[in-house]
Order: sequence, then structure tokens, then C-alpha cells
Amino acid sequence: MAAGVAAWLPFARAAAIGWMPVANCPMPLAPTEKNKRQDELIILNVSGRRFQTWRTTLERYPDTLLGSTEKEFFFNEDTKEYFFDRDPEVFRCILNFYRTGKLHYPRYECISAYDEELAFYGILPEIIGDCCYEEYKDRKRENAERLMDDNDSENNQEGSMPSLSFRQTMWRAFENPHTSTLALVFYYVTGFFIAVSVITNVVETVPCGTVPGNKELPCGERYAVAFFCLDTACVMIFTVEYLLRLFAAPSRYRFIRSVMSIIDVVAIMPYYIGLVMTNNEDVSGAFVTLRVFRVFRIFKFSRHSQGLRILGYTLKSCASELGFLLFSLTMAIIIFATVMFYAEKGSSASKFTSIPASFWYTIVTMTTLGYGDMVPKTIAGKIFGSICSLSGVLVIALPVPVIVSNFSRIYHQNQRADKRRAQKKARLARIRVAKTGSSNAYLHSKRNGLLNEALELTGSTEDEQHTTKGTSLIESQHHHLLHCLEKTTNHEFIDEQLFEQNCMESSMQNYPSSRSPSLSSHHGLTTSCCSRRHKKTTHLPNSSVPATRLRSMQELSTIHIQCSEQPSLTTSRSSLNMKSDDGLRPNCKAAQITTAIISIPTPPALTPEGESRPPPSSPGHSTNISTTTTSNIVKVSAL
Amino acid sequence: MSHCQQRCKRQLGRVIRCFYQFVTGTLSQDSVEDEFELSTVCHRPEGLEQLQEQTKFTRKELQVLYRGFKNECPSGIVNEENFKQIYSQFFPQGDSSTYATFLFNAFDTDHDGSVSFEDFVSGLSIILRGTIDDRLNWAFNLYDLNKDGCITKEEMLDIMKSIYDMMGKYTYPAMREEAPREHVENFFQKMDRNKDGVVTIEEFLESCQKDENIMRSMQLFDNVI
Repeated sequence: MAAGVAAWLPFARAAAIGWMPVANCPMPLAPTEKNKRQDELIILNVSGRRFQTWRTTLERYPDTLLGSTEKEFFFNEDTKEYFFDRDPEVFRCILNFYRTGKLHYPRYECISAYDEELAFYGILPEIIGDCCYEEYKDRKRENAERLMDDNDSENNQEGSMPSLSFRQTMWRAFENPHTSTLALVFYYVTGFFIAVSVITNVVETVPCGTVPGNKELPCGERYAVAFFCLDTACVMIFTVEYLLRLFAAPSRYRFIRSVMSIIDVVAIMPYYIGLVMTNNEDVSGAFVTLRVFRVFRIFKFSRHSQGLRILGYTLKSCASELGFLLFSLTMAIIIFATVMFYAEKGSSASKFTSIPASFWYTIVTMTTLGYGDMVPKTIAGKIFGSICSLSGVLVIALPVPVIVSNFSRIYHQNQRADKRRAQKKARLARIRVAKTGSSNAYLHSKRNGLLNEALELTGSTEDEQHTTKGTSLIESQHHHLLHCLEKTTNHEFIDEQLFEQNCMESSMQNYPSSRSPSLSSHHGLTTSCCSRRHKKTTHLPNSSVPATRLRSMQELSTIHIQCSEQPSLTTSRSSLNMKSDDGLRPNCKAAQITTAIISIPTPPALTPEGESRPPPSSPGHSTNISTTTTSNIVKVSAL
Repeated sequence: MSHCQQRCKRQLGRVIRCFYQFVTGTLSQDSVEDEFELSTVCHRPEGLEQLQEQTKFTRKELQVLYRGFKNECPSGIVNEENFKQIYSQFFPQGDSSTYATFLFNAFDTDHDGSVSFEDFVSGLSIILRGTIDDRLNWAFNLYDLNKDGCITKEEMLDIMKSIYDMMGKYTYPAMREEAPREHVENFFQKMDRNKDGVVTIEEFLESCQKDENIMRSMQLFDNVI
């Protein structure tokens, strides 16, 4: 329940007047305000700046420093105020949190100072309002990165860390050349050899010098041996590097799949393939094609260049925009090619022999290249040609800035969308937790309440404190409100798991149950109105299933306290439930109040009677058990 | 034929206008007007003395009530959405919006779509400080959705469904479809003396005064504030 609406609780309780006339059962008693204090102003002196607020404002959040009794430690007797030797600027935000229920993060504050203050006052940063949450998270991440960088540089300046294995050091050396001198050397050596390899590929094809026979040879064929040696050396280095990386990689499978390793493989494969099939004339053509792949060695530079990596990433992320550009270009090309073809069909000796042939003209014109190898000759052709070139400018020039701005927009937007999605999930989770928290709080306090009444009856009050865990007045009033609603509708709130169980059981009930004689055999003080009412209704010719339900509803509002030899406190089925009961088990001097183990009836089970002994009752025994518990059962309604 | 001519002229005019805009490049005006909702409607309640006279609350109680009211609704009035949202905070498991609507209509005595502090506090005064008859009257007013002086079965069914909606899904025993209807039948059996299918205010008061449960629960409201 949000803090601010606590002030509306009286209104909500007053609104319950609508339930009263339609309720069939009497309402539970309202919680009394034991020590009703007039609301008073308290003064909070934070480093000299005085803040004043109502006491109840602070008590909205009882699990923080200001809302709990922890603030008494800071009470100054002389000046009758609470003195905190902390930052008054941040305290303003914190006090506003109590007032409005929203925690804001001021942008000018340092993130670590703010975090410290929150920790001091016992407030979790997760409840920062959505308006400031993004900013807070950003700053926090920056701070964390800064800390990590600091830590890393610290670690790097330390001596060798013997805890890392040789493999891990090698991997670190590969990924981060600045870690050690050896890594740096290796980095530069590989870079050098990549450059050498690329240059040799290029120079190989330059014609250098003539050979008698007036044929210009490319250098590659003239100095074949030298180039071959260079190539071999480079490939040797690359292979060694690849194998070393493969060995050092923490996850070899993932490394093999990574882009860089694929580039490495593609870069060195042609050489080995060439080695294997040197003397085969047929495949030498294919072999020559393979040599093209050697140019991919240039991509190995991307390990050395941050810029290349960023470019690759942005291209990948803007693939859809590029695709759209391509698509619109294709559309325009096809349209104009068709138009030009039909326009130039008439002219003789026209180069526009077919529409695909016109594609070339359209592309050249639209990209404003204008080679001039194909020109239209008819007037219509020229008109359409000019329209084509004009629109080409538009089609090409327009998307480019859009793509460029899309780069940055999409990049930031993706980041923000991810953040928002995570925040939304977190926010929904928070709302859900708050909701389940409040409903769980209600269910829990209901159990406490029932036990309390049981305890009061048996006269032991010393353990009352165990069960009343200091629920505030507001909470008890809220629970009373929910209890009234239950009474009005004759249904009870239960939690989800129990509901699922009940659904399963009710689907397993498949034969009419015999009326348990427990109903008629109880000759105690049956004061529950519902039981009385439903006693009458069981005589009606209803189907048996509602009858059992009605009977079990009777159980809901009663507590059986058996004062016989086998005392057992059986409470209504839904309110007491397994786990947390152990903690609530008080020792009673008179009867041993033990909580019942709710037995889930085995199929085909019948009436979910609330009273069951520790050994789970099998169906046949249920009636027997009920008959034996005839003695001295005092039914007390939970009024 | 003149009708055709008119239409033709209109179309032609439109085409020329479009072409003109196309040529001269006028951007179309923003079709979305600035929706400048004057959300700064501020309502100030009457003075404390007047409210003290009109209601049965003490000065301090009025102060506490107003502070809570103004905190949640800084503009001084509650509209239906706000009302529903505030009320739903108290019932995390179910859906309290329908019942909150009925409440809103009951509090909004002048039917202007918003509940001001005066409406709020006068309603509360009747419920929390009024006589039992006053309270029953107020409850009758709540049930009588169309304010015609009698409660029909349909109205009661709506109210009952809204109350059962607040329980939500996870209840024991599981909520059945007919539960509200049965409850309404029960209610009418109790309240409708002359069995004419509607419950008038006299029947309602009479039956409630005879029912000790109801009378006792009405006294619960004595010490809510």
C-alpha cells in the first residue's frame, strides 16, 4: 500500500458502508487504537538545517531509519530534536520521499555520496521513481566502470598474478596487448606481418621490368621465389598465431565460431590449398580465385583497430536501413530501366537491347556516374533519362544522411529500449511484489489474528507478543477492512498456490459425499452465524457438492479447540498453512495447541474437512475421525 | 446537372490546391492542435468554520482529512480515474474499479463529474458521524444507481458483482458465477416486504433496523477517525 494513500484509509473504511446491509454475517471487530497519539510535529536537524514534518509522515516507512525507532538514537534531549550530522541537500530528497512516496535523484549530486546517504537512512535505491531512475542507473554504471578500470589498472600494476594459469595469461595477453611487454611485441609483430602480406599481394601484380620476349611480367612471376618465401613466412606467423589463440581461448567452440577466427582461417586457407594442389592444371583456375581470399588478411587489422570494429558493428546494426536503401534503389532501377527500354525501342542501333541491359544505364545514371557508354537517342528517351538522373540524386542522396542519423539514433535507441525493457520488467516485478506483499501481509496477519483469539480463550497471554509482530495501526485497520469484505461475500482470500490446489481437488471430487455426522454431533456452543445458516441450507435439496462447500465454509469461521486428551488446535483450512506455522507455535499451559497438518485428500477424496489428525486421513476414515471428536468441542467463531 | 457541375468544380478546386501546395511546398499545418488541457484547475474548499458547521467533524479532524486529501490530489478535486486508482490501492487482489465508480457517484452529490473536498467530507460526515438512519440512507443512496428512489434487482446485482469483483480470483471457496445472484436473491428475500421486486427506502430502513447484524455493523463506523 503506498504511503500517500494511508491518509485515505479512513475513507476506504467508510466506503465499506456499502457492504454492511448486504452482508449475511456479522462483521469482525475493528482494531482498537491502543495508544492513540495526536499527530505531532518533529524537528529534524540535519547539520544545522531544520526540517519539520509530522510524525506520521515518517512512520509511513517503518523499515527505514527515520520511520523506525532507530531515530531515537539521534534524539537530542537538550533541544528536543533529532540531530543528524549528514548532508542537508540530500536529506531534502530523502524527506520528500516520505512526503510524496517518490524518491528522486538530483542530477548534481555525486552518485556515490547519494548512495551512501541512502544506505545511512536505510532506503533501497531500487525505489527511485521512474522519472529519475534512468539517470541514476546511467551514473551508477559509469561509476562502476570507472571503478572497474581503476581495479584493472591496479591489478596490472601489481606483479604477476600467480593465480592465473598459463593459458589464462596467454589469453589475456592476446586480448589486451598492454598487459605485458611480450604481448605488445607479439601485437606489433603480427600487425607488421599483416601489412607485409597485404603489400606483397598488391605488389605481386605490378608489372616490373621486361623480360626478353617483350612481355610485361608482373613482379609476382618475376621474383616468384621471393614472393613465395614472403608468403610462406606470413602464413607461418598467422598459423602459429591462430593455433596459439585456439589453445588459449577459454571456450574453444565459441572462439571457432567468432568472426575474427573465421577471417583468420579464410586468410590462411588459400595457401594450404595451394600447397596441396600445385600441379593440377584443371583446378589452377579455381586456385587463382582462391588467392583472392588472401585479401581478407586486411580484415585482420580489425583486431588492431578500434575504428574498424565500430564500423563493422554499426553496419551490422543498420542492416535494415541499408536494406531499405537497396530495395528502393532496386525499385527505381527497374522502373526506369523498363521506361528507357520501351522509349528507346524504336531507335535503331540502340544499346538498350533488353531491360536487364538497361539496368546498367539506369544505375550509372542514377548514381550520377554517367560513363557515357549507353546514351538514349530518342527524345522520349532523353526526357526520361533526365528524369532518371534527377531522381537518382534524390534516391541516393536522401537516404544517406538518414542512414547516418539512423546510426546514432538506432544505437542510442536500442540502448534506451533495452534499458526501458529491463526497467519495465523490474517495475512490474516491483508492483507484483508489492501487491503480493500486501496480500501476504494480510493473510499472515489473519493467521496471527486467529491464533491470538485462540490464545486469549485459553488464557495464556504471555505469548501474544510472539504473534503480534508489531503491525502498525494502519496495517491492522487495512486488514480489518479486508476481513469485512470477506465476511460480506462469504469468501476468503487465499494465495495463489492454495487456490491451484483447491482447483485440483475440486476437480477430483467425483462422487457425492455423505453428510459428515460431525455437523449434527457437535453439541457445543455453535455461535457462528454461517454455520447456523448453512445447517439449514444443507437440508435443502441441493446438490451435494455445494453442500460440502457450505459445510466447509462453516469451518472457515470457526476454531475448534479440543480440550480432550488429544488436544489439537485445528484451524480453518485456508488460514493455517504448512510452513510458517512452526514459528507461530506457542506453548500453552493448558491444552497443547498444535497446528493441524492440512491433509490433501487423496483421490477420490471428499469433503475437505478442516480437522485432521497428523496422519493424513484417508477417505474412508474421515467420517470415523469426525465421529470420535464429539466430546467437548467448543466451537468459537472468529468474531 | 448542376449538382454534377458543383461536384466537378469542387474536385477541380481541390486538385489545383494540391498542385499549388506541391509546387510551392507549403507544409501542411499540424493537424494535432496543442492540447493544452488546463490541468491547473484548482479548487479551494470553503473555510474551516463553514465546514465545521456543515459537517460533524472537529476542526482537527477536518485538518487531518484535508491534508490527506490534498496530498493525493493537489488540484483540490478528485476525478473518477484518480478515485478508482486510490481505491484500488487498498484491494490488491481484486478489481475494485466498479465499486469505486459507484462510490464516486454516491459521493459526487452534485453530479459534476468530480468530487471536491466538500463532497468528500460531507459524505464522510454522514457515514462516520451520522445517526444510524443517516447511514442507512446513505447506503441506500449508494445502491440506488439511477437515484429513482428504489433498488431493483438489476441494480443490486451490479452492486453485488462489483463487491465480489473486489475479492479477485484466489478465494476460498472458489468464486462461482452464481454467487452474486444468489446473494441478491437472499437480500431481496430479506428486504422486499411486499415482494414487488424493488426495495424502497422504507422497506430498506425497516428491514435493516430489524436485523441486529446490520445494526451492529453500522456501529463499526463510530471510531474510524
